[in-house]
Amino acid sequence: MSLTSSRPRVARAASRPSSAGRLQAWLPRLVLAPSVAISLFFVYGFMLWTFILSLTNSRLLPSYEFVGFGQYARLMANERWWVASTNLMIFGGLFVLICLALGAFLAILLDQRIRQEGALRTIYLYPMALSFIVTGVVWKWLLNPGLGIQAMVRSWGFESFTFDWLVNPDMAVYTLVIAAVWQASGFVMALFLAGLRGIDDSIIKAAQLDGASLPRIYLRVVVPCLRPVVFSAVMILAHIAIKSFDLVVALTGGGPGYASDLPATFMYAHAFTRAQIGLGSASAMLMLGGVLAILIPYLYSELRGRKHG
Amino acid sequence: MSALEIRKVRKDFGSERVLKEVSLAIDSGEFLILVGPSGCGKSTLMNAIAGLEPVTSGEIHIAGEDVTWRTPAERDIAMVFQSYALYPSMTVRGNISFGLEMRKMPKAEREAAVERVADLLQMSHLLDRKPSQLSGGQRQRVAMGRALAREPKVYLFDEPLSNLDAKLRVDMRTEIKKLHQRLGTTIVYVTHDQIEAMTLADRIAVMRDGHILQLGTPDEVYNDPVDMFVAGFMGSPSMNFIAATLEGAPGRFQLRIVTPEEDDLVLPWPRQRETPAMTEQVGRDVVLGLRPEHFSEEDERLAGQAEGTPLSARVSVSEPTGADILLRLPLGEREVTARVGPTCRVAPGERLALRVDMARAVLFEQANETRLA
Repeated sequence: MSLTSSRPRVARAASRPSSAGRLQAWLPRLVLAPSVAISLFFVYGFMLWTFILSLTNSRLLPSYEFVGFGQYARLMANERWWVASTNLMIFGGLFVLICLALGAFLAILLDQRIRQEGALRTIYLYPMALSFIVTGVVWKWLLNPGLGIQAMVRSWGFESFTFDWLVNPDMAVYTLVIAAVWQASGFVMALFLAGLRGIDDSIIKAAQLDGASLPRIYLRVVVPCLRPVVFSAVMILAHIAIKSFDLVVALTGGGPGYASDLPATFMYAHAFTRAQIGLGSASAMLMLGGVLAILIPYLYSELRGRKHG
Repeated sequence: MSALEIRKVRKDFGSERVLKEVSLAIDSGEFLILVGPSGCGKSTLMNAIAGLEPVTSGEIHIAGEDVTWRTPAERDIAMVFQSYALYPSMTVRGNISFGLEMRKMPKAEREAAVERVADLLQMSHLLDRKPSQLSGGQRQRVAMGRALAREPKVYLFDEPLSNLDAKLRVDMRTEIKKLHQRLGTTIVYVTHDQIEAMTLADRIAVMRDGHILQLGTPDEVYNDPVDMFVAGFMGSPSMNFIAATLEGAPGRFQLRIVTPEEDDLVLPWPRQRETPAMTEQVGRDVVLGLRPEHFSEEDERLAGQAEGTPLSARVSVSEPTGADILLRLPLGEREVTARVGPTCRVAPGERLALRVDMARAVLFEQANETRLA
């Protein structure tokens, strides 16, 4: 009875909105407007500005004398940029692969119904709670030949032991991989563990009855089930790799020389310390391109997947 | 030689004994159903047969070989799970042939086996789909196909139909029965659904608290239960238990049922159903077990010739199911359920003349709920 009597009132409200109704309709938009405006301006606005600057001959201060794609041409001819890009390939590739392998391995070990799993999980996950700056500083000390691992092993009597990657121009980039893997693999483990927990126990039992050995069960049955997890992990790790800046600054400072530069440190160095705003902007735009190249397929597949249910 | 033999199997989880010396033997081609309420140990027993749970003590033999300490893969068994447990990343074809591949069967034979099973279960059109694209019934079919492809010595079914809706469950039940009749496979089937147990089984093992209470044909378990638990568990609506006092002497035993606000009802116990144990129980409280179908409405056309003991009771509720009518009527201290024909017209509150088929009634001791007669 109450349902039928309230219906005409609703209809009237819809046909002739009162001021309260109008406010209610606009309220969400009003509340959201500031943050939308701020992110439009500071994210997309500055992105656009960076793009404009990358087309000018700006040096210490922005100028608006357009030189077309001149800065991009200079960038392509810049040896330090190529070092930074190659480093990103090495660092990003190794970082993502090692984190995935190690994270999956740890997760499988942790999934064997062991005792104190909660405590172990926290221990492995804890590095993720640290800032890359802290990680960088800690590993700088550990890897310092005069203070860290090398000095310790030598003090045990192995006088010829050498572990000087941090000061070796050919190896410095690998120290970034070590520190970043230490920080992020626990997180990947947590992702995989969640994925493993989502797998029906009886699937593994069925595979056992089918005669598959444990490594085969994981390889053929379990890991394929974890494909969405692998995908998310790669996305997260890849974008951590591309925007890595603080780790490099804290651990190697881009050195020795510029041997362990990444695009982010290259961009920072040129735009803010070497008075090459135009060149820095161009490198920033290329990094954005890199991020989008990863992000767009991801979003595409995610949104398409949702539609198919 | 039995296809599967379980000898004094025990299983402890910590200090809790889940299986207490379970022994049973199944002939080749037999369909055995383990039935019981949840927590009775039937799934644990199933997992022990499969090798998924090591037993604490006892032996398991399959086709005459001791497999107690063999891995699941070495036991030559296949299992159908409640959740179907299909490999989500593989097609139906992949799911069926995975076990064959793991057993290093050549590709051509594997494909022939997949075709054979797909024909058998009429799912050739589904072979290239992924499990996520199948309906519940189709997944169930694939899970069965996966088991059939391997042609193992023993099939284990772990509540395979409980995730299906009611209509599909009945269809699949028939299909499993047809399949068993055609292939003559040895099947151990776990369920908590006593109708599934009755319809499918060659023999039923009723379990409770880690024991097998009764092992027998559906007819034995239904009509000749060993105790009140088995009697109450099998059958739907379940058996009526009526408190009574045993009177008389051998040759003329009778049961006195005290009903509030009515005259005592006295039912003579049929002479051919007497047992020696009854003599000791004279004058004590016993429990009379009557199934709903042991009641029938008095048919005037058969007056004088009808079998059974007459009684009359006031109907409190009438529940027509279409095929028949379930009546609730007070008899003794509690109400009982009687199943009468669909043409029986009776309104609640009316008295109805009934007959009770005492020749099929069962009698239990009240103290320990065991069978008396």
